Amino acid sequence: MAGGGNIAAAPPVPRERRRARLRDRVVAGAFLLPAAVLLGVWLVYPAVNTVVRSFYDRSGDAFVGIDNYRTLFSSDPLLTAIRNNALWVAVVPALVTAIGLIFAVLTERIRWSVAFKVAVFMPMAISLFAAGVIWRVMYEKEPDRGAINATIGAVADWVDPPGVLSSARASSPALAGGTGGGIALRDTVRPGGVALMGLTGIRASEVPDDAREAVRPASRPGTVTGVVWRDFRPGGGRAGVVEPGESGLPGVTVELRHSGGGRVATTETGPDGTFRFDGVADGDYRVAIGAATFAAPFDGVNWLGQGLITPAVMMAYIWVWAGFAMVVIGAGLAAIPRDLLEAARTDGASEWQVFRRVTVPLLAPVLSVVFITMIINVLKVFDIVLSVAPASVQDDANVIALAMWRTAFGGTNDFGLGSAIAVFLFLLVIPVLALNVRRFRREQ
Amino acid sequence: MTTTEASGLATAPPGTREGARPAVGARITRMLTRAPIAILLAVIGIAWLVPTVGLLLTSLLLPSEIQSTGWWHTITDTGLLSLENYRRVLDDGAITSSLWTTVWISVGGTLLPIIVGALAAYAFAFLEFPGRDWLFIIVVGLLVVPIQMALIPIFSLYNDLGIFDTIIGLILFHTAFGLPFAIFLLRNFFVGIPRELLEAARIDGASELRIFVRVILPLGLPAIASLAIFQFLWTWNDLLIALTLGRDTQPITVAIFSQLRQFGSNIEIIAPAAFISLVIPLAVFFAFQRYFVQGLLAGSVK
Repeated sequence: MAGGGNIAAAPPVPRERRRARLRDRVVAGAFLLPAAVLLGVWLVYPAVNTVVRSFYDRSGDAFVGIDNYRTLFSSDPLLTAIRNNALWVAVVPALVTAIGLIFAVLTERIRWSVAFKVAVFMPMAISLFAAGVIWRVMYEKEPDRGAINATIGAVADWVDPPGVLSSARASSPALAGGTGGGIALRDTVRPGGVALMGLTGIRASEVPDDAREAVRPASRPGTVTGVVWRDFRPGGGRAGVVEPGESGLPGVTVELRHSGGGRVATTETGPDGTFRFDGVADGDYRVAIGAATFAAPFDGVNWLGQGLITPAVMMAYIWVWAGFAMVVIGAGLAAIPRDLLEAARTDGASEWQVFRRVTVPLLAPVLSVVFITMIINVLKVFDIVLSVAPASVQDDANVIALAMWRTAFGGTNDFGLGSAIAVFLFLLVIPVLALNVRRFRREQ
Repeated sequence: MTTTEASGLATAPPGTREGARPAVGARITRMLTRAPIAILLAVIGIAWLVPTVGLLLTSLLLPSEIQSTGWWHTITDTGLLSLENYRRVLDDGAITSSLWTTVWISVGGTLLPIIVGALAAYAFAFLEFPGRDWLFIIVVGLLVVPIQMALIPIFSLYNDLGIFDTIIGLILFHTAFGLPFAIFLLRNFFVGIPRELLEAARIDGASELRIFVRVILPLGLPAIASLAIFQFLWTWNDLLIALTLGRDTQPITVAIFSQLRQFGSNIEIIAPAAFISLVIPLAVFFAFQRYFVQGLLAGSVK
């Protein structure tokens, strides 16, 4: 009869009952004590202390009222952090929920859905810090090292191929122009003339393998001849003069233009760099190498620079959390009665209509749980910003949690302002706390 | 949504096994309409693996190549691969000792909240005492208190107590912040255990502690397993707490963090160290995937 308090049917002896109740309380106290101590000392006391501390100055000696909160909303780095965090809340929870929903719905249509889910869910096991390191490697600027820029570069160079001589410059004042608009001879040429187009700034590795020693072509009547060559040899050489040991530049597209503009003809240089335009009518012409020859190859998007750092960190974060959304929404999806969907299909609804009118409304509670969970997570985002963003752009990538840590522990050591930032963060998550408690009480 | 409904990632895709096998023609049509989705998902799935594989291959690049070569070159030129970076990192005492620090923090930070949390959850689930529901609601409320709210006072407190920069200090912090979720998860699981089992043990004269150890803990094992995995991953993956409350007591995340300033030139240390740091959570995840997903659903859907 020891635990009689729970058995309503049997009327217990009053004294026994009182003793049992007392015993229950003592045992409960003993069972709760360790948790109460830990929660009291590590959560409740510090939380109260932080609130009080936020009204004192950096060292905690002088009461400063709401000065710390004023600073929070007036200093530039902190405003950037708040703005960035607002952007995070606006973009990331919605994207993660949407991606999770799409993945959850699509995986129902393949047989190897477990493999797909494991691949997408796996980053959840990795620390956000390590995930940041992973993406830092992906985001490297040089297309030779960063996989993302290598991929973009491969596409960009395929759509818009780089020129054969991307780094070349004119070797003498006889040529004008630059890599932007092409390089042209300053003086006009008449049929029978020879166009000497010396270029420098070309690395030995950029000279094509089939290149031979440059030759100064002979003049021919009715023809414009010329040579494009690498106007450089070990030891120097004279600018604008074809000398032994200097290499011709094959495969360069040369244009013959009217002196007033307008293209007459184009040709390509041979292995020794020479070219010719035959049967040219009498008149003044200009010889030029088009801009395409000098087009620079793709040199990488600066993901880790000031402008793109926040989207870059967000992408890494979504990579981590999409799996969470997919799995939770997937479980919700599995609980939807199949016959409901089948009924809609039998009534002639298209797949899209079934999704839009039946699946999504039925999933609404699960979707809102994912969305709210992601809002809390995003408000507290910290590690991944610290590991993706290089120190030099952390001011631009700043978020509230990072600002708090940097203010209190990152060199400034302003505990007053740091506490104020922590309290601000706490206030932001309180509405979510209220939601949680309400949901819990409804369930009871 | 209850914890028992989900069984890991392998929830059967509905609609694939129902009814009799359709006719050949219908099956071909269905395969054709599904092919674009299958291809799309294959591409996405592979894309999702690329970053992690990229880190692994980067960490395996020859030390002489790692500064200048992209990891994808190792796919066509396996001569670029070597274990040299790992050998150097493991020979370097700092990284190995920080790995051990991580292990101790994770083991302590997993066991302690489970024990303390299970005791409290038992009281909330099975014992009568005044204010029980309100106390439990407070615990649920504590779930969302950000770690940042405790850092500054605990930093000062640890300095006063002399446990700043100690493993025990970090474990206690992890324990306290793991408790709300632990109590919440375990209590919700415990209330599902039939009370008759308890009453029977009580009538047999077993003490509450004995009932807790002999009856409730074994029956609560699925929930405890979920909690253990969560807590382990959480403590193993922590950066913020160790960075704030330690200086020389560096778990692996902090050790890598201190190398990040020279990201370009230190990549031969950072890449293998980062990969070592994530291999263990990944192994735990693959081994106990089912419990992990269950805990996730219990924590978020409830």
